[in-house]
Amino acid sequence: MVHTFAVYVENKPGVLNRVASLFRRRAFNIESLTVGHTETPGVSRMTVVVDTDEYGARRLEAHLYKLVPVRRVEDITTAPSISRDLALIKVAATGEARTQVMQLVDVYRARIVDVSPESLVIETTGTEDKIDSLLEVLRPYGVIEMVRTGRVAMARGNVPSRRAQMRVRSGSDGRGDVSDCSV
Amino acid sequence: MTLTGAQILWEALVREGVTDVFGYPGGAILPAYDAMLGYPIRHILVRHEQGATHMADGYARASGKVGVAIATSGPGATNMVTGIATAMMDSSPIVCITGQVGSKLIGSDAFQETDITGITLPITKHNYLVTRADDVAPAVREAFAVARSGRPGPVLVDITKDAQQGTCENVDWDAAEPHLTETYDDALPGDGTAAEAIEFINQAERPLILAGHGVMLSGAEREIAALAERGHMPIAVTLLGIGGVAASHPLNLGMMGMHGEAWVNHAIQEADLLIALGMRFDDRVTGNLKTYAPTARKIHVDIDRAELNKNVRVDVAIAKDLRTALQEWIPAVAQRDRGAWLARIDAIKGDAAVRDIQNLPDNGHLYAAHVINDLWRLTSGNAVVVSDVGQHQMWEAQYYKHDRSRSLITSGGLGTMGFALPAAIGAKVARPDAEVWVVVGDGGFQMTMAELATIAQENLDVNIAIINNGYLGMVRQWQEFFYEKRYAATPLLNPNFAKLAEAFGIRAATVTKRSDVAGAVEAARCQNRAALIDFQVEQEDSVYPMVPAGADLHKMIRRPSPIVETAAD
Ligand SMILES: Cc1ncc(C[n+]2csc(CCOP(=O)(O)OP(=O)(O)O)c2C)c(N)n1
Ligand SMILES: [Mg+2]
Repeated sequence: MVHTFAVYVENKPGVLNRVASLFRRRAFNIESLTVGHTETPGVSRMTVVVDTDEYGARRLEAHLYKLVPVRRVEDITTAPSISRDLALIKVAATGEARTQVMQLVDVYRARIVDVSPESLVIETTGTEDKIDSLLEVLRPYGVIEMVRTGRVAMARGNVPSRRAQMRVRSGSDGRGDVSDCSV
Repeated sequence: MTLTGAQILWEALVREGVTDVFGYPGGAILPAYDAMLGYPIRHILVRHEQGATHMADGYARASGKVGVAIATSGPGATNMVTGIATAMMDSSPIVCITGQVGSKLIGSDAFQETDITGITLPITKHNYLVTRADDVAPAVREAFAVARSGRPGPVLVDITKDAQQGTCENVDWDAAEPHLTETYDDALPGDGTAAEAIEFINQAERPLILAGHGVMLSGAEREIAALAERGHMPIAVTLLGIGGVAASHPLNLGMMGMHGEAWVNHAIQEADLLIALGMRFDDRVTGNLKTYAPTARKIHVDIDRAELNKNVRVDVAIAKDLRTALQEWIPAVAQRDRGAWLARIDAIKGDAAVRDIQNLPDNGHLYAAHVINDLWRLTSGNAVVVSDVGQHQMWEAQYYKHDRSRSLITSGGLGTMGFALPAAIGAKVARPDAEVWVVVGDGGFQMTMAELATIAQENLDVNIAIINNGYLGMVRQWQEFFYEKRYAATPLLNPNFAKLAEAFGIRAATVTKRSDVAGAVEAARCQNRAALIDFQVEQEDSVYPMVPAGADLHKMIRRPSPIVETAAD
């Protein structure tokens, strides 16, 4: 089963490497991993998607907690949550095809963010399913290039954390290597 | 007061209670070495940085304190890798300090630059790259806290040369207080409860306690004995659990697993409840997981939540400090008579005694088991024994009866040959009053024998028993059993170990007959300086019983019986 974890880490050099290395070392396959700033200075948040069973998920959570810069881990797989992926898709589109592509973009509530004589760049945000399906319908026109951010997720409403309040340690001055990156 | 980073390092170590460090100097750590002279620290100069890490490890295991090793950048740091991995696998708290090239040079492939924090990332609990004098105190302080806390383990602090040389005006030692993520005192949903564990224990007819290294790490020696006595429940120990429960305790059945006692493995297979305490169901103790303890419910307590439900799925999983957990259970455990179950285990023992090498006719041949057994009697079981890896390690575990906690030090999880001699040095430095014996194979001894020079230079009273069988014996045994006796690369042509020792100024003897064992051991014991004995033992003896790797736990290869083969196999 696919599990989604929200992992709060101190924004310190090497922390992304530590988390990624843990998954490799313990033979878990990362489906996607995204990192970005949070509302708390010095703390970054990773969204990690992994395919593993329930026991694996519990063990992974325990391993994550053993990493010193990890402050809090939430398995939001079953919690009511919102998850989003963002994609930029460059499609070959001239003449007749261009109008058809623009109609599809409308249907999917995506946006055209760049236009050139030979191609269009489409930006879309949504669940992975929605983006997969948009890709499917665009493929016949010729997808030249595509990039996706991977999943970011957040629990809805007031989901109480199973952990004590996250503490930020002294020395978390926000200098680090995980400002905005994904794997 | 203005201090250099190097001075802050030593000041921080002294504040952590460090009195002894094991190390080897070099360019990138030179500022630290220079500053060391101003602090009350005993530095033991090793002969190889691997030795320094094993010494720190032996020091930690013998004393329960954090061991410290120090080395230079590049090759000094990479030489530490084996010792760090060994400490990681066996949950031994050590702090390794390494020098690093100047911070401006990092990433440039400068002379003796190595990414040691990258290399040791998966084999440390945590590591630090310190590039400013200001960061030395907090890093060292946190390193010790991490090494000690929860499940102990190794931490590395890599300090650039400019951080050692740089200065800091007013070091605020209190601000450097570490803030670590809380340990698992708080239960999570899905965790087992004490009430469930107690209910299972009170219902069980055939319970068996499995005791591991965690018993000693959490200081639960008294509690585990109390639990066993109250519930009249037998105990089996892992290799690293030896000593956590006295071997002479009537409820202690002995060691489990690949070379465990036959009756212990059979008892595991017949039990209706396993109470696993501070052990981690390593493949060497479970054998085939599909047929492991098929009739038993299982309770597992470990401070490391990641160990729960890893190899064996359990009914009650509790992530907690073992001592705290047992203190909570004991008053609620019903006092019961489980004589029938103990009698059943006695019956399983059956012919074990006649297969025991101790009961084979003494034909004058020197067997390793005899040597160990004699050593145990002659030292009254009071020595700290540090064993290496191989057949002799298993015979030590089988025939030296350890009654005291932390009296056996051995590399279990990683199985690191070459561990024993340096680890024994660490143990002796930690506990100068203890009688320390190294039990080491002829192969493993040659991996780190350069540390004989450390023993000589530091004038340490460490006694060394080489169990010399002329083979990489444990590998030879596998070749005998599973590779049709094709002895590829296992016979050893050895130096004259006694002469070798004498070259280091260490008294030595060679023993080839059983009747000479006692004399040689007594001679070594009654002088307060190092001694080495080369015991030339039967070359092609094997360790029994043996559960072949991955086989069912109850399907052991037994020592051929001199009388009759029984149906028990
Ligand atoms: C560093 C290292 N290399 C290889 C091995 C594999 N190994 C395990 S036991 C053994 C043989 C040990 O021989 P010896 O030290 O003579 O002890 P014996 O088994 O003969 O008692 C070997 C090679 C190991 N455990 N560690
Ligand atoms: Mg040998």
